[in-house]
Amino acid sequence: MAIWLTKDSKVIVQGMTGSEGSKHTRRMLAAGTNIVGGTNPRKAGQTVDFDGTALPVFATVADAMKETGANVTVIFVPPQFTKAAVIEAIDAGIELAVVITEGVPVHDTAAFWAYNVAKGERTRIIGPNCPGIASPGASNAGIIPADITGPGRIGLVSKSGTLTYQMMYELRDIGFSTCVGIGGDPIIGTTHIDALAAFEADPDTDAIVMIGEIGGDAEERAAEFIKANVTKPVVGYIAGFTAPPGKTMGHAGAIISGSAGTAEAKKAALEAVGVKVGKTPTETARLMREIMSAG
Amino acid sequence: MDLYEYQGRDLFERHGLPVLAGGVATTPEEARAIAERLGGRVVVKAQVKVGGRGKAGGVKLAEGAEETVARATDILGMDIKGHTVHKVMITVTADVAEEYYFSYLLDRANRTFLCIASVAGGMDIEQVAAETPEKVVKMPIDAVEGVDEAKAREIVDAAGFPADVADQVVEVAVGLWKAFVAEDATLVEVNPLAKTREGKLLLLDAKVSLDENAAFRHPDHEALVDQAAVDPLEQAAKEKDLNYVKLDGEVGIIGNGAGLVMSTLDVVAYAGERHGGVKPANFLDIGGGASAAVMANGLEIVLSDPSVKSVFVNVFGGITACDAVANGIVQALALLEQRGEKVTKPLVVRLDGNNAEEGRAILDGANNPLIQRVDTMDGAAERAAELAAAGV
Repeated sequence: MAIWLTKDSKVIVQGMTGSEGSKHTRRMLAAGTNIVGGTNPRKAGQTVDFDGTALPVFATVADAMKETGANVTVIFVPPQFTKAAVIEAIDAGIELAVVITEGVPVHDTAAFWAYNVAKGERTRIIGPNCPGIASPGASNAGIIPADITGPGRIGLVSKSGTLTYQMMYELRDIGFSTCVGIGGDPIIGTTHIDALAAFEADPDTDAIVMIGEIGGDAEERAAEFIKANVTKPVVGYIAGFTAPPGKTMGHAGAIISGSAGTAEAKKAALEAVGVKVGKTPTETARLMREIMSAG
Repeated sequence: MDLYEYQGRDLFERHGLPVLAGGVATTPEEARAIAERLGGRVVVKAQVKVGGRGKAGGVKLAEGAEETVARATDILGMDIKGHTVHKVMITVTADVAEEYYFSYLLDRANRTFLCIASVAGGMDIEQVAAETPEKVVKMPIDAVEGVDEAKAREIVDAAGFPADVADQVVEVAVGLWKAFVAEDATLVEVNPLAKTREGKLLLLDAKVSLDENAAFRHPDHEALVDQAAVDPLEQAAKEKDLNYVKLDGEVGIIGNGAGLVMSTLDVVAYAGERHGGVKPANFLDIGGGASAAVMANGLEIVLSDPSVKSVFVNVFGGITACDAVANGIVQALALLEQRGEKVTKPLVVRLDGNNAEEGRAILDGANNPLIQRVDTMDGAAERAAELAAAGV
């Protein structure tokens, strides 16, 4: 088992025929993901061959779901079209929409999030601007490299892509139940708290690594949530201790504004509720290793 | 992107919101021309992206063109909290009876927008918010429904705006929301939103932030970037589609992925504490690709910073294979030589992940004395800091 994405997940790709979409469809198939098709209204009815796997192209997400029973969509469309693509997925009532696209205007994200809330949050949205979700050995939806680590009993939730990979690599001998990259934008569909709640409820996850970065107060709120709701051990890492205020560090959301959003405040909030916070990714992995070997 | 007040004022004016007539000047002579056009009494305001300019002497009244020139001469070139004043805004004056506060902003925690309004606006709004929070109304705005007249009236009632200005505040609230959405802003703040003695509502200040991700639908926003204030290295990096931020230290940083690079800055700063206090010189994310050309462009930018004494290339091969990255580094150095740039600063390279062994072998095989391979992130940071300290 894992959270949100399992070997039974049937995955479609919005933007499958584009350059990024087709590249990663091939990679996801190689990782063992059960991809059942893609969408592109201009190419509906066609079939695309991915190294011997022929995937049908549908006009809409609703069509694809009806024909294939898909319950997960991975979205690779350019930023100009992302809002429409996510709203289409929400309208179709799909369970999980993973939005990989980087550079989505925050008004667009706010709009599709509000739309999702108005529809009763039937769809779990991960991202935008995220690497996706991987349940090693079962399924991979997004761009997380599938061969870094195998299945295991650590859950990982992270705002950053490469730091996710780094942490998976450091702990590859132990393995992971699910790794979720939630993205570094100011508004995101799935938060640290959502992932913590799911890992807490997942019988196949024993401990959780949480990777945060400067900006916003998501880590502080996650700390409050951990105090009240999480019994499994949590180890944390925060990037950006030395980032100067007012400078955006790569991610649109990674900015210290005024006194809010500093790494120091996030670390203090996590430590106050018993989360061990590593100073570097390697030290964080060591803290997790100690927990896992103590059983 | 944060706008200057005059840019915000112009933006409000374009969206039909009531602002004072005015203009912006970079020289006393330009200030004279504006004062002559406006006539009578004017206010000269320093244009800096930092608060507290009034208390620092950056806002002055002037009577007529001569006095405007004198005040503009005083203020231009002034230093306000480390910001040099290059521009002044000159507007006609208003006879203010009451000062309110009004803003729309992104509310990250609630994944929506927020309206903040208060009838106790003006210079001390932060104190008001801290000491009498009941005087400050915070109302979530649904991103789909937005602010229509009914919503605006709800805000006006909740904040307790006086009856004689209520209709005007409703109009401003709706208009400001339209501007907020139309311009893809993440903040529009008006403090003060003023009522004049004649009972007219005016937006007397403008604090606006625009979303750079939305640049594709706002070709006009590019012109709002203050080129003079952009670091030349940051500008050069931007032209090459590199995500670079100039910092104050000595260790040049190149990595792939924003989070990993941020983490690299931290690890180098920690290592620097043991090596004469050297610090990271920059943030540079070369993204997922890391081809030889991209690596060469990145190295060129980082090495052209004279304060850089060593460079730390920290790559985790996820999708990118480390052998491709290693080839990129070797070819980049050759490419820089071809461009006539003699590289003399040491490069500490850490490769991990996909095809790391192959990548390390390529670095070793290159036999380039400038390249030092260290296989852990913490160890490589230590070495880069040590080399920078030795080179200072």
